[in-house]
Amino acid sequence: MHNKTIAELSIALRDGQVSSTELTTQMLQRVKTHDATLNSFVTVTEDLALAQARAADERIAAGAAGPLTGIPIAHKDIFCTLDVRTSCGSRMLEGFVSPYDATVVANLQRAGAVMLGKTNMDEFAMGSSNETSYYGPVRNPWDTETVPGGSSGGSAAAVAARLCAAATGTDTGGSIRQPAALTGITGLKPTYGRCSRWGMIAFASSLDQAGPMTRSAEDAALMLAAMAGFDERDSTSAQRPVDDYVGALGSPIKGVRIGIVKEFMGEGLDAGVGASVSAALDELTRLGAELVEVSLPNAGLSVPAYYVVAPAECSSNLARFDGVRYGHRCTDPKDLEDLYKRSRSEGFGAEVKRRIMIGTYALSAGYYDAYYLKAQKVRQLIADDFRRAFAACDVIVGPTAPGTAFRLGEKADDPVSMYLQDIYTIAVNLAGLPGMSIPAPASDGMPVGLQLIGNYFDEARLLNVAHQLQLATDWHRQAPADFV
Amino acid sequence: MQWETVIGLEIHTQLATRSKIFSGSSTAFGAEPNTQASLIDLGMPGVLPVLNKEAVRMAVRFGKAIGAQVAERSVFARKNYFYPDLPKGYQISQYELPVVGSGVVEIVLEDGSTRPVGVTRAHLEEDAGKSLHEDFHGMTGIDLNRAGTPLLEIVSEPDMRSAKEAVAYAKKIHQIVTYIGICDGNMQEGSFRMDANVSIRPKGQAEFGTRAELKNINSFRFLEKAINFEVARQIEVIEDGGKVVQETRLYDANKDETRSMRSKEEANDYRYFPDPDLLPLEIDAAFIAEVVEGMPELPDARRERFESEYGLSAYDADVLTGSRIQADYFEAAARTGGDAKLTANWVMGDLAAALNKEGVDIADCPVAAADLGLLVARIRDNTISGKIAKDVFAAMWAGEGSADQVIEAKGLKQITDTGAIEALVDEVLAANSAQVENYRSADPDKQPKMLGFFVGQIMKRSQGKANPQQVNELLRRKLGG
Amino acid sequence: MSLSADDVAKIAHLARLAVEPRESEALGRELSSILDLVAQMDAVDTADVPPMAHPLEMAQRLRADVVTEEDRRERYQAHAPAVENGLFLVPKVLE
Repeated sequence: MHNKTIAELSIALRDGQVSSTELTTQMLQRVKTHDATLNSFVTVTEDLALAQARAADERIAAGAAGPLTGIPIAHKDIFCTLDVRTSCGSRMLEGFVSPYDATVVANLQRAGAVMLGKTNMDEFAMGSSNETSYYGPVRNPWDTETVPGGSSGGSAAAVAARLCAAATGTDTGGSIRQPAALTGITGLKPTYGRCSRWGMIAFASSLDQAGPMTRSAEDAALMLAAMAGFDERDSTSAQRPVDDYVGALGSPIKGVRIGIVKEFMGEGLDAGVGASVSAALDELTRLGAELVEVSLPNAGLSVPAYYVVAPAECSSNLARFDGVRYGHRCTDPKDLEDLYKRSRSEGFGAEVKRRIMIGTYALSAGYYDAYYLKAQKVRQLIADDFRRAFAACDVIVGPTAPGTAFRLGEKADDPVSMYLQDIYTIAVNLAGLPGMSIPAPASDGMPVGLQLIGNYFDEARLLNVAHQLQLATDWHRQAPADFV
Repeated sequence: MQWETVIGLEIHTQLATRSKIFSGSSTAFGAEPNTQASLIDLGMPGVLPVLNKEAVRMAVRFGKAIGAQVAERSVFARKNYFYPDLPKGYQISQYELPVVGSGVVEIVLEDGSTRPVGVTRAHLEEDAGKSLHEDFHGMTGIDLNRAGTPLLEIVSEPDMRSAKEAVAYAKKIHQIVTYIGICDGNMQEGSFRMDANVSIRPKGQAEFGTRAELKNINSFRFLEKAINFEVARQIEVIEDGGKVVQETRLYDANKDETRSMRSKEEANDYRYFPDPDLLPLEIDAAFIAEVVEGMPELPDARRERFESEYGLSAYDADVLTGSRIQADYFEAAARTGGDAKLTANWVMGDLAAALNKEGVDIADCPVAAADLGLLVARIRDNTISGKIAKDVFAAMWAGEGSADQVIEAKGLKQITDTGAIEALVDEVLAANSAQVENYRSADPDKQPKMLGFFVGQIMKRSQGKANPQQVNELLRRKLGG
Repeated sequence: MSLSADDVAKIAHLARLAVEPRESEALGRELSSILDLVAQMDAVDTADVPPMAHPLEMAQRLRADVVTEEDRRERYQAHAPAVENGLFLVPKVLE
């Protein structure tokens, strides 16, 4: 049962082949069995999950079930969950119990999904390997000596290892797509503003977006349909109706113009990954899509621009963690400065501190124009590049990450090489576009991600192209051998 | 050396909205600590701000009141610094693009002359919480009820040249913001707080001297004293061969001095940047038109109208329009009273004296405007004399009812029946035949003065209720006869 | 771009982070290498490019001035490190 997708489970639940209580119990058992190895969960909410499952069973019995009713899922620990620990991968919020639910969490709960628990992540979503978590690294179910990617590494590993049917993630520079790529699952970062950021602990407010991490494009459509929508509590929430993502999945992709970014297919790309991406492009062509070459001349500046914008915003967003109202507080502060400095230095890990410092520097007197303003201008150039590209194509397709999963510790001491993991994903966040990663053929037995980038609010088309490819191939059906 | 003082003011006005600028918490003053601090005000993880429309309306209203440009597009920025009463570690404010651009107000100086003071800008921002320094085992207590209260910070040009001018300007701004209803103006509760930038320069020198910023002054009297102290201090520093340093200073009203706040000074680098949680504030012509339509009459216009419409002197019109509530009171009373000049005299005379004596604000006046109007009306229609009216007013103040009720209950209605007055006159003349003889034989120039004796006797006999005009008339006729 | 120990100390203070002298040099090196990466932006001329603060061209939405929050002090202070009489406590703030 745990190998089934949401779409399949939904039918099984409705047909009475399994109850949500049984399914949830099974999944909780799998978490117990496997998560000692993976460390993908930081909190398991067993009692809550079983209570939600019973409620879901009643709803199913009453004939009032939706497609997510009774489906066991997990939330990245960056989402505030009422009366449930919300730690954001940080010592700073160790033991913090949120007094409210994030909108995305509430939306999924309303849709009937069952929350199994909260997943591990890079601290405050800063990282591409899930090694910066205070609660220990997450291991990749395909090879437990490798990383699952990050920052939504716990969600990715849990979905890939079949510990939950789907999970939520967040993506500021690739944090849904890169781990999805490294663990062989489907992950979607929607257009900025499509999912509410209320209750999602902010890393970089102008870049952060929530999205689904699933085992198929169809499941991603089902999840996004429940997650997305206007929220009056988020000033940056888009005030427009949510498209019928599931309904749009049936269209043939004949004639769809697929843009190939020449800058993404050259230097820096692992040969095996390159071959997998080419194979996926061949399949898309076979399905009738037209390939066109497009150019994003400034995309190469996306990582530099990002490492100004994101740290600048984070340096300010994380100032609230001061040991005064909640969160970690040092023992016996001798004065106010001591309270601030020790609480924050003890509460934050090395990567978070690095980014706070970079951001503080970039905004400080005398450097603002050279760094922050410059980065905002480069950001505009990148957004303009995409605008031009989308005049010539409907969907941009390329690699998600430059390689497959790397070994634990391999890049931990070299921040910059870690940052380059997101070289293909970051431009999408800077522009605010929707992006998706789906499995391409594996390389040396390890998953490869194919990135699909759409125009603003064009998630329905993106999901359909992915779905059509998944109907024609079984790449997304591959599972890590030890977890089937 | 002759020194010239240069002063600019930054005034923080708390806007009179019901809820906070970015959250749905109440802004009511005086609640138990932290009971009006929501998730947003506490800066909990994951929360987001949404802007209060009324705060924007109020900012626009101020902009239009001082003839300033209202920005079609303004931007909220974060001012980053750590302080325990600042929950997020940044204050949401406006920096490069404020909602209100430059405008001007006219101030009236003591000699009656007027002069313009430039307003550089006014921007929306959130207030911080309060630090309570009472002893909690040597700790400071933080109350965040005030955090997130909307503020309009009004920044002036360095156009003022004396403490008195600064006070005149501050009073003018106070008058405007209370008139247009965007601020309750309550200085004790911190609704109107002033920072003064003060510097001196040799008379005739064009460039400014180094300024000190005097923080958080909450009365006009302290503003004047703080500036005067600071000017004297700076002159002394320079004349002693020293240099004024740019710093923040706090006025201590108990000691009547300003002192340096070095703790707040060190390494101020606020790292302003556009708040990514908020989008640009766009204000279109329709929004402005709606605000202008609901704009109350401004003090200067009202003063002019009081002169032309009610025939009041410039002085009376100025006093009566000093505050909107006083002007409203006057107009409501005059409507009922039917005699603007007489009403004005009552408002500025007996009413003002009573308010002053009892230390009551006109907003809490026990005599309603319409009731005062009715009293005036009873003087006009000769129901009572002006003298009796003073007693009636005292009874009204004491809560004994309306003018009519008091007149009725105390039997104070004026005697206007000619027959009754004639009888009184006859009685008095009969009882004072010697005085009658004296009067009749007196020099006609002296007669009017002597008439007073008879009037007094008659009024006494009528317990003050006889209509004095009729009494005078009848007396003159009968004595002349 | 190379950050000195003084730079590191100044930034750390602004960010209210404690940096031990022994960490300072390594941190300075790491931050400098990030700034080198960032400096690649200098390759492009942006003189005439407007800065982009938000991905979407939307204006700020305005909320009705209505009190929607009630007192939940007890709940919100449940995880506060130090509270007395409803106040959050911090080491003495000197004015």
